Amino acid sequence: MLELFRNRKFRETFFQALAVSVVAVVLIAMVVNARNALEVQGLTAGFGFLERSTGWDFSFSVLPYSISDTYQRTLWIGLLNTLLLGFLGISLATVFGVIVGLVRTSNNYLLSLLGTVYVEIFRNIPIILQGIFWYAVLSNLPRPRQAMVLGDSIFLSGRGLYFPVLNVELSAVFVMLAIVIAWFITLAWLRNRMRRSLTFERIKLSGWIALPLLLIAIGYIARIPETALVDTPILKGLNFRGGMRIPPELSALVLAIALYGGAYIGEVMRAGLQSVPRGQIEAGFVNGLSKFQIFWYVRLPLAIRLILPSLTNQYVQLMKATTIGIAVGFSDFFMIVSTSINQGGQTLELLLILVLGFLAINLSIAYVMNTINRRIALKGYEVKD
Amino acid sequence: MNNTVNAKAPPLPSFSENVRQKLFNTPVDSAITIVCAILLVWGLINAVDWIFLSSVWSAEDEPLCREAGGACWSVIDARHRIIFFGLFPYDEHWRSTAACAVMIATIIASCFSWFWTGLRLSVLWVSGFGAFYILMHGGVLGLTEVTPERWGGLALTIFIFAAVSIIGMPLSVVLALGRRSKLPIIARMVGVFIDFFRSLPLLTILFAAAVITPFVLPGWLNGDKLYRVIAGFAIFFACYQAENIRAGLQAIPSGQEEAGLTLGLRYWQRVWHIQIPQAFRNSLPAIVNQFVITFKETSIVTIVGFFEILASAAAAYGTGQWTFYYIEVYVFVGAIYFIFVFSLSRYGAYLEKRLRVGHG
Repeated sequence: MLELFRNRKFRETFFQALAVSVVAVVLIAMVVNARNALEVQGLTAGFGFLERSTGWDFSFSVLPYSISDTYQRTLWIGLLNTLLLGFLGISLATVFGVIVGLVRTSNNYLLSLLGTVYVEIFRNIPIILQGIFWYAVLSNLPRPRQAMVLGDSIFLSGRGLYFPVLNVELSAVFVMLAIVIAWFITLAWLRNRMRRSLTFERIKLSGWIALPLLLIAIGYIARIPETALVDTPILKGLNFRGGMRIPPELSALVLAIALYGGAYIGEVMRAGLQSVPRGQIEAGFVNGLSKFQIFWYVRLPLAIRLILPSLTNQYVQLMKATTIGIAVGFSDFFMIVSTSINQGGQTLELLLILVLGFLAINLSIAYVMNTINRRIALKGYEVKD
Repeated sequence: MNNTVNAKAPPLPSFSENVRQKLFNTPVDSAITIVCAILLVWGLINAVDWIFLSSVWSAEDEPLCREAGGACWSVIDARHRIIFFGLFPYDEHWRSTAACAVMIATIIASCFSWFWTGLRLSVLWVSGFGAFYILMHGGVLGLTEVTPERWGGLALTIFIFAAVSIIGMPLSVVLALGRRSKLPIIARMVGVFIDFFRSLPLLTILFAAAVITPFVLPGWLNGDKLYRVIAGFAIFFACYQAENIRAGLQAIPSGQEEAGLTLGLRYWQRVWHIQIPQAFRNSLPAIVNQFVITFKETSIVTIVGFFEILASAAAAYGTGQWTFYYIEVYVFVGAIYFIFVFSLSRYGAYLEKRLRVGHG
């Protein structure tokens, strides 16, 4: 036996087999244990519960919902809420980040000092503390009667932000969005095919004229009957009626993600701008480009290519940070899942759904960003890790 | 023939020249400078006024807060014990203070390069952590016992951070080595393990550790909820830290490993004397950065129901007369986090600079 262990090949195979069997035994033991625990509680495993109605309420939803909705629909709403929060937060964070990156690479000492102060403050305080802080501030704003008013139609109060919306069916809004996105994709595709010929210019022009008309037509057809076209919030009694409401939970979280993420993305941006080779900038200077042209046509495009991988990383991190929503009571995916676990008891199944949901979100972000990265990559100017 | 190039550096610009270039280069630049200066001065004056000049400091003066335009630090004066110690017994607060001091001293000590050997670091951390635990838990040396359910505030935050570090660090080395193992099945399995935990939000893992492990683990393995959460947190930390260490391992030139083989060193000798020291040196800034992130992330345990500093802050302004002063409490707690995180990250930046000098 000892002889055998002197043989490297045998030893390696033995240890790998041992590792596999240990992992297998642990996993099987966990499953058996879980099944026993479920039996004791009188619960049946499986995904049948998704069809049952939940019977509990939650704070925020992008879709209309009721407490008699099924688990399936409720979980779906939670996922959409997370996506909405992530989208708003990440978009704003990117805007802040780009501004901060520019400010911090400025030649002006005071301007870059201002950027540094921002970055150091917001990067060094936990995002959850920032979220709770903004929530405390926003929900302690004045009551609706003393709300801050902008142009008699936008109201900011402790109940949230109210603003006017069009009285249009929700599905029509999605159709409109789809049409706009489709138009941009077609335009990009045609531009590649036709190389800016006269026909392309004609199609482009007619498209730009037809698009708004089409959108107005859809909006007119799909408007909710017997209501005014624009739904303006009005103060009635103690609260506002009508219009769209952004609750303080959502705005606090968006603000926290935007400010925290902005500090991180600003640093990524700064690093990208600073690592554009000097030769490129000097080449632009020699060719007689103005300062702005050097920035817009040389520095920024190269910097964006440099930072895309770390930007993807930041986006994934920020998406994961949306789970702090539960700390202020925003019904994001995690909060819906954990409430479901408390109420319905299907712990393992719901945990699996949670894991798969986040996996899907993160993989899609990575996929989209990697595709962009590949598309805009310059030949002979690859980033070396 | 004298072809030597004048190797002298160009003269440094004078102070006034510097100011002109950095602040008033063009008219637009001057305008930006003036706007920024106004913003900075205005912000500074307001901050100083709010924090120091118009603020109220002592707990008895709380009624004055409503008229004062500045911060009401009375709430901190009255409630700071809750923020720092949570539900720890009042008479034993000195123990909590001493424990925090010991742990902070341990963290500071491990920043000095004299401690950077495996043995010294382990001795330092095991004794520091042991002292912390004995001071907090008691039950020996004539100290009354205080069970972990009653720990709270800053002490709990530091405890979680220290425990996660002390468990997570060795685990991360093991994971990093496992992922780089030459045995394909082991490398693959460790890779899946790391990527799985890295793709999940920390909160999900803490939640699973708190709520779900009682289902899948046999009863005798289910410790206190606090220890389960710390274990989950440590695994999460180790997965991230393992990737940093792996990056450091990959940056080692292959000649090093081959030299070790030529000298007839065994696997563990090569790992311990060749790979680990160089890997740590290569990725030290990233490793420190991970500690910085982890300190911030300890705040997430408040969601799974622990009374760490964020939860105790909410409790501090939660009662009676103090409900209006949430801003002061959060600014105070934010400042505590800022002091820890900012100094750690400055230390990371200093290391980065120093190591770059070493590499030439």
